[in-house]
Amino acid sequence: MSEEQRKVDQAGVDELYAEAEHWHVNTGGETIHAKRVPGKWRNLKWLGNAVWLIFFLGPYLRWGGRQAVLFDIPERQFHIFGLTVLPQDFWMLSLILLFFALLLAVSTALVGRVWCGFFCFQTVWTDIYTWIEDKLEGNPQQRRKLEKAPLDGRKLRIKLTKHALWLIIAVLTGISFAAWFTDAFVLWGQIATLQASTVVWVVIAMFTAGTYLLAGFMREQACFWLCPYARIQGVMVDKATALPTYDYRRGEPRGRVKKGESETNRTTGDCIDCNQCVAVCPTGVDIRQGQQEGCITCALCLDACDTVMDKLGRDRGLIRYMSLEELEGKQPVPLWKRGRVWVYTGIMSIALAGVAYGISTISSLELKVLHERQPLFVLQSDGSVQNKYTLKILNKTNFDMEVAISAEGLEGMVLVGAEKPVTAHSSNVTATTVFLRVPREELESDSQPVVFHIRNLKNEQFGAERESVFVGPRH
Amino acid sequence: MTDKVFPGESNTGHVWDDNLRELTNDPPRWWTIAFWASVIWWIVYGIIYPTWPVSLEGANKGLLGWTQIQEYQQGVAEIQAVRAEFEDQIKAKSAKEILADPGLTDYTVASAKVLFGDNCAACHAAGGAGNPGFPVLADDNWIYGGSIETIQQSITLGRQGVMTSHGKILSGQEIDALANLAVNLSQGKSDPEGMTLFTQKGCIACHGPEGKGMQVLGSANLTDSIWRFMPGGFESAKYTITHGVNDGTDPQTREAQMPSFKDRLDEAAIKKLAVYVYQLGGGQ
Ligand code: SF4
Ligand code: SF4
Repeated sequence: MSEEQRKVDQAGVDELYAEAEHWHVNTGGETIHAKRVPGKWRNLKWLGNAVWLIFFLGPYLRWGGRQAVLFDIPERQFHIFGLTVLPQDFWMLSLILLFFALLLAVSTALVGRVWCGFFCFQTVWTDIYTWIEDKLEGNPQQRRKLEKAPLDGRKLRIKLTKHALWLIIAVLTGISFAAWFTDAFVLWGQIATLQASTVVWVVIAMFTAGTYLLAGFMREQACFWLCPYARIQGVMVDKATALPTYDYRRGEPRGRVKKGESETNRTTGDCIDCNQCVAVCPTGVDIRQGQQEGCITCALCLDACDTVMDKLGRDRGLIRYMSLEELEGKQPVPLWKRGRVWVYTGIMSIALAGVAYGISTISSLELKVLHERQPLFVLQSDGSVQNKYTLKILNKTNFDMEVAISAEGLEGMVLVGAEKPVTAHSSNVTATTVFLRVPREELESDSQPVVFHIRNLKNEQFGAERESVFVGPRH
Repeated sequence: MTDKVFPGESNTGHVWDDNLRELTNDPPRWWTIAFWASVIWWIVYGIIYPTWPVSLEGANKGLLGWTQIQEYQQGVAEIQAVRAEFEDQIKAKSAKEILADPGLTDYTVASAKVLFGDNCAACHAAGGAGNPGFPVLADDNWIYGGSIETIQQSITLGRQGVMTSHGKILSGQEIDALANLAVNLSQGKSDPEGMTLFTQKGCIACHGPEGKGMQVLGSANLTDSIWRFMPGGFESAKYTITHGVNDGTDPQTREAQMPSFKDRLDEAAIKKLAVYVYQLGGGQ
């Protein structure tokens, strides 16, 4: 590099100095003690947190004599209120997953990481844990002081209380998780009498350890370095996405309020450099440097800044939900003109339609017919042709059924082996073998369609049918 | 030099493309903890389980004394414990009693499938579909009887078809007439002339007065539409009448032999096979 070029590059190097000043990688070396400021977004965050009450309380809902929502893995059946889903219906699960994956994508495209900021278990549990910390240890300054203070009776008492509360929440989290997979009331009984299965203990232990470590200690580090969603959000966000943004046009040049300076002839922008937005940020981000990977778009800095603006009598919204385009002074693109929104909504509708179709056509009785291949057909001594079929009857109800089997399709066809009704066991597949015999003269080709029917003898509403083939000698 | 360009920054001094440099920031603390935890895990694992090679024979034994072959044997033992319940019942019950129990029949059929493949399918084909010269087991036609007991007996003791070679006893015309009779009978047509010859020549001794065969002797039922020797029809019947079955005096005689399985398989296996054959489609 020549001397001359070096001079020309000086501007670029200056920029690097500026960058190096902000070169801050949060590796968790120091705990972030965020200040809690009340406000609109704080309230919304509580609402978001409250969604998780479903997780804690849901298992105790009852429906028709059993747990309303129960994912019974050993029995391989999922009960969702009146609906029972067996592994055979699992294609619907993939559609539901698709729906939620795209819901995540579309919400991120519109308003950034709302999931992270308001709903994610990592941030919700962390928020509850730090709320407890705040109540017990005081505001961030007091907390930092306590951290440095020598261990005395008071500190020990506070710390023990805090960790005990954390652990209680962690254990409850583990139990609540397990309660979705086994009867919740029975589970509590088993836990109380120490009779739960090893699997249950291991699940509870893992969730307890996970919750305690992740919400108590890892906190924003999990969002920074562990969470894959935090890393792929970049591709879902575009210039039209509304994100918590610092309006630098309004705020800069920032400067402290000088005593005696009047509002009308101040030389500074609206930002008074009080650092409140940084103080409240649970991930320790300075939003004034622009949107960045650490920001979980929890909007708590909006509350903080609005409080400051209110005190000063300046307009709220120095930090507000705003897209990059708006920040650059462009008109925001209306929703219906954004291709992404249409594509995402389209795929979501298809997924929802598929699930709706699946649920509406889900039947209590299903029939599968396997045509015997070795041999395809057998000639009988009376000159008729016999085919062998294995019928698999899936009974998705919770009671056994007596089902009658019948078949139709060919002239002179006789069904053998289904004289007595078959007991289709509840939530199970019952296999039975039957034979069809057709006089050879009646066969018109070497493969003809036949239809098997099953119906419940007591309740005609339960029935199913399935097409199969009847194979004969070559014509 | 790097210090001059990037003052106060702790980097390794490696700079590429003017400003790309390697920093010496500490890794995240949780990462360091996880790293050392996994190192400790690895050491503990290596002490408990066979992990590192100690000699040419292989790895250290490990405190738990775990081996793959042990785990395999445990797995086999577990399966056998599950099977034992059924196997004991099969040993204790007769084939008929097994058939009366649907659950046990299912087990028997499933486990006999392999036995059938190993011992029977070579002649009778998979699923008892039959081969030229070897009877179909899935139909309702039984030369020696289709009850579960006779099936079991056929497998245990084997069967030997017998029919005299008539090539030197009967004239060509008579043989043609009798072969014609066989075709007519199989199609349900009456043939009084043929029947007269049939009676005169002593065919009724084995095949019965109406040609319906006798299961005790293993003589074929001529009145049904199934042919013992394929492809069936006039030429097949003529050949059978001329050369007989298992007739040592006629080198061209038909062969019809079912070996005895008494010495090859134990009783339980034969019972299983009988049940399997019975439920193929034609058991009576
Ligand atoms: S910068 Fe603001 S919106 Fe982003 S995480 Fe911090 S407080 Fe939340
Ligand atoms: S809270 Fe508002 S005024 Fe205070 S430093 Fe942050 S942006 Fe500036």
